[in-house]
Parts: sequence; structure tokens; C-alpha cells
Amino acid sequence: MSTLLEIEKEILSDFELFDTWEEKYHYIIELGQKLGPLEDKYKIEEYKIKGCQSSVWLNGEERDGKLFFSADSDSTFVKGEIALLMMVLSGQTAEDVLEAKLEFIDALGLRQHIAVTRANGLASMIKQMKTYAFAMSSANK
Amino acid sequence: MTPFNINKIRSEFPILSEKAYGKPLVYFDNAASSQKPKVVIDALVDYYSTTNANVHRGVHFLSQKASTAFDAVREKVKTFINASSEREIIFVRGTTEAINLVASTYGRKNIGQGDEILISAMEHHSNIVPWQMLCEEKGAVLKVIPMNEKGELLMDQLPALLTDRTKFVSVVHISNSLGTKNPVKEIIRQAHAKGIPVLVDGAQSTAHEVIDVQDLDADFFTFSGHKILAPTGIGCLYGKLHLLEAMPPYQGGGEMISSVSFEKTTYNEVPFKFEAGTPNIADVIALGTAIDYWKQLDRKAAGAWEKELLNYATKLISEIPTVTLIGIAAEKASVVSFVIEGVNAMDAGMFLDTKGIAVRTGYHCTEPVMHFFKIPGTIRASFMFYNTKEEIDALAENLTKAIALLQTHSVA
Repeated sequence: MSTLLEIEKEILSDFELFDTWEEKYHYIIELGQKLGPLEDKYKIEEYKIKGCQSSVWLNGEERDGKLFFSADSDSTFVKGEIALLMMVLSGQTAEDVLEAKLEFIDALGLRQHIAVTRANGLASMIKQMKTYAFAMSSANK
Repeated sequence: MTPFNINKIRSEFPILSEKAYGKPLVYFDNAASSQKPKVVIDALVDYYSTTNANVHRGVHFLSQKASTAFDAVREKVKTFINASSEREIIFVRGTTEAINLVASTYGRKNIGQGDEILISAMEHHSNIVPWQMLCEEKGAVLKVIPMNEKGELLMDQLPALLTDRTKFVSVVHISNSLGTKNPVKEIIRQAHAKGIPVLVDGAQSTAHEVIDVQDLDADFFTFSGHKILAPTGIGCLYGKLHLLEAMPPYQGGGEMISSVSFEKTTYNEVPFKFEAGTPNIADVIALGTAIDYWKQLDRKAAGAWEKELLNYATKLISEIPTVTLIGIAAEKASVVSFVIEGVNAMDAGMFLDTKGIAVRTGYHCTEPVMHFFKIPGTIRASFMFYNTKEEIDALAENLTKAIALLQTHSVA
């Protein structure tokens, strides 16, 4: 398993191929379309991160000392964003997830497009992922 | 042949020749904010370059120059909406502040426990929340004129909703999310028959119709400058003089007073009573320039052109498979709101954005409307007289592409 920073670097080098917002948009939509399904039992209020323009359902669970996420959204673009976060954070230890600075997000050059949809909720998704990590790390102490 | 010189008009708006991501900008978010003609932008620069000083206080050259320019705009607004006196025009930040002003002054004074305030099912949040806050404070009740599936108010229910307890009606002239043009004149007539005052939210209508507050017989009328070619941060509240005079002040401070001592303050006259502090001088003056622009515009031709754009877009967009229009009232302004089966509105909006096309997606600050139609939001394209059919072609073409990319399941 690559470290979190290594994966971030890989994503960034993928993104370097894209010059335009249009190319980045298509890439993220593709990631969203490929994101694995979320079991229906998690598509309930308890797992929901509500936004103004889209909803996200997120579950995190521990397997072999690592934290794994699964998620869904009614927006394919938001699913693509989750997929990016999951590439980096899913399969890492709770401690690594908690400490992740996720500086690659700024380097993607997406902020201007996603910041405007304030309820797009990238920040809420990260917070929720870290909450799972915190719960897992607290339970193991 | 276009009914008026669209190329000339477009050349008057510098931003319309800008590019978005290297592509020609297609601006279809006019219901959120209009673009500005160069004369309005120049008015701001000119004010700060040649006139800037505080108004109504200084004895010096600049202050007098600024005061004269500032005061002249009140007269222009009066003519623009056909008020009977310039004292009936109060400068505010926009429609939101105008409604809050009326709720906090007229409302606080005249509405009590058990009284009813009547709004409509298609109000913007800014014509819901101030009244809810007032209802909460006073123990009053908010009532709603319902609408049908086309997005038209159920006018046959109005008489029963105007009860002995109804103390105020506040209703939107043109819906920002549906485009519906409401029969406000008839609403006002029925309310007045029972002695109930009416506020008309003209945030959308002022850009698309010639407003005549006396003909409407509106007691209050509100609009925002930035939606009618003027800068952000300036808007107007019109109120009938006798109502304004009887209302308590809104905010305290300079300008709104006549004399101040620690024992007692007497308030200035209307409209100054409602304009505490240094006003938004630059934007007021630029609002005056925007009104001059409207005056020289052939508004009949502009209105006819917008109608043509609306009909053209309605036809083109409704012909795209899996698209459903939201808001199909018989009387509509140039707004097309729609949903696409299996496509998230925000995803489609972002796709259009990558092509340089600006639309709005989501609730449009009318969450109850979305609940009524049981949808999570719409894609809204709203047109102004400076838009073109070619731009609508680009929208329709790219919507088809967005659907091909984004539709999550095949729709029969």
C-alpha cells in the first residue's frame, strides 16, 4: 500500500495532463461514474451529509487495522470528488487519515470551481472521514 | 431580422464580449444579477474621479456637487416607477433590505398576536423569512396563497385567505425560479377592498416590465439595482407617503434625525427617516445612470425580444428528451427552469460552465417551490434583452451533450 503522500503525488501527476477546467471536469465525472456502489442500508439519514445542491452518503469501516470508505451521491461530480478522497484515504490507518493535510486538493486547481457551490461540501466530506478515523482510533486505544 | 439592434446593444455591455475558459461567454444568469452597460460602469469611475464627497453635510464644492447628483436620482426613480412624490423613494441595499425594513417598522407597529400575514407559494426566501421572524416575535400567523402544477397562483382561493385577521399581504410580482408573472393588480384590488395593504416584491419584474406603482396601487414596491443594470448594494423601497410617515424609523444614526439630545431625539422627515448613516452615494448615482439607460431603450422592443427569446428557448429545451420544464404559467417572464431525468442539476450546470455558459442550479432561494414540485432543484436559464438566439442554440446543444455524458441510466 502506498503512503498517503505518494498517492497524492500520483493524482497530481495525472492532473498535470489536463490544461483546462473542461478536461478536469470530465476526469472527475469519469471517477464518479466508476465509483463502486454503496450498499442500500447506508443510504439513510444517519450516513447522509446534506448539502444545498447534492447529498452524500458515506460509510467508514475498519478492516485489518485499516479504515475503508464507501460512499454515494446524487451528483456524479461529487462522487468523483469522493473518489479522489477515497483514493488517498481509504485503506490507510486511522492515524494517517487523522493527520492527512490533503494539500493536493489545492494543487488540483479545482477550488475556484468547487468553492462556489458552497454546499458541494468537500470540507464536510473530509470532516466526516476524519470523524470515522477519530472514532476508530479512540476505540482502539 | 431582429426587432431591434441587438449587436449595438451587446456592444454597450463590455462583459458580453469577455470569454469564459477561452470560450465566448453566454450569460444566462440574469435573474440572479444583470450585467452593466458601460455608461453605468463609467458613472462609478466618474463619481470617484470627479465628485466623491459626503452628501448633505459639507459646505464645500465637492459635497454640493455630490449632493446635487445624489438628490437627482430620487426624482429619476420616482419617474421610473411612476411614484407620486420623490419622498416615497427610500434608498436601501436591495429588495431584501426593503422587505426587512417594512417588516421591522410597519410590521412591528401594526401586526399583533393572532394577526395574519399573507404571502404566496412562490416567494423568494427574502419575502418569507422576514415575515416569519415577525410572526415569531408577535405571535402572528403566516398564510400562503397556493399554486397549481403550472406554477400559477390559485386566485380562486384568495378571497377566503383575506380574512378579518389579515393585516398585510406581501407577494412577488414575477417568480425568480418559475418566471410566473402574478396578477398583483388583482391581488391588490381584492386586498384593498378589505383595507389590507400590499407589498409587491419587484426584484424580477422591474427588469422586464414598465413599473407603474400608482396604476398597480401598490402600498409598497421593492427592487434591487443590480438586477436592473445598476451596481450591487443599492435598491429602492417605494411606499405610499402616508404609510411611510406613520411608520417608526428603521435604523438609528446620522441623517435620519432632526435633532438629538441625550433626553430626546426627533426624527427627520421621510425619506431620510429611513436612511441612517452615509448613503451609498456612488451606487445611487450609478443607479440614476442605469435608469437613464432604461429611458433611452425601446422597452417595448426589448420586451418583445425577451418574449421571443423565451418562446424560442422554451421550444428548444422542452424538445430535448427527458427534460421537464418547471413553471409553465400562461403569463411568464424570460425564465426557463427545468429538470432532467437521471441528471443532477449541479452536474449539468458545471458541464455548461466548462463550455462558457452561465446558468444557475439549485433551489434559487425558493426552497418551498422545490418542495412543491418534489424536486431537488432546477437548472435555470434567465434571459435579458441583450441575449441572442444563437446563445440559446449553444445552450440546447450543450444540454444534449451533458445528458449524453451524465444520464445515470438509460431512459426510455
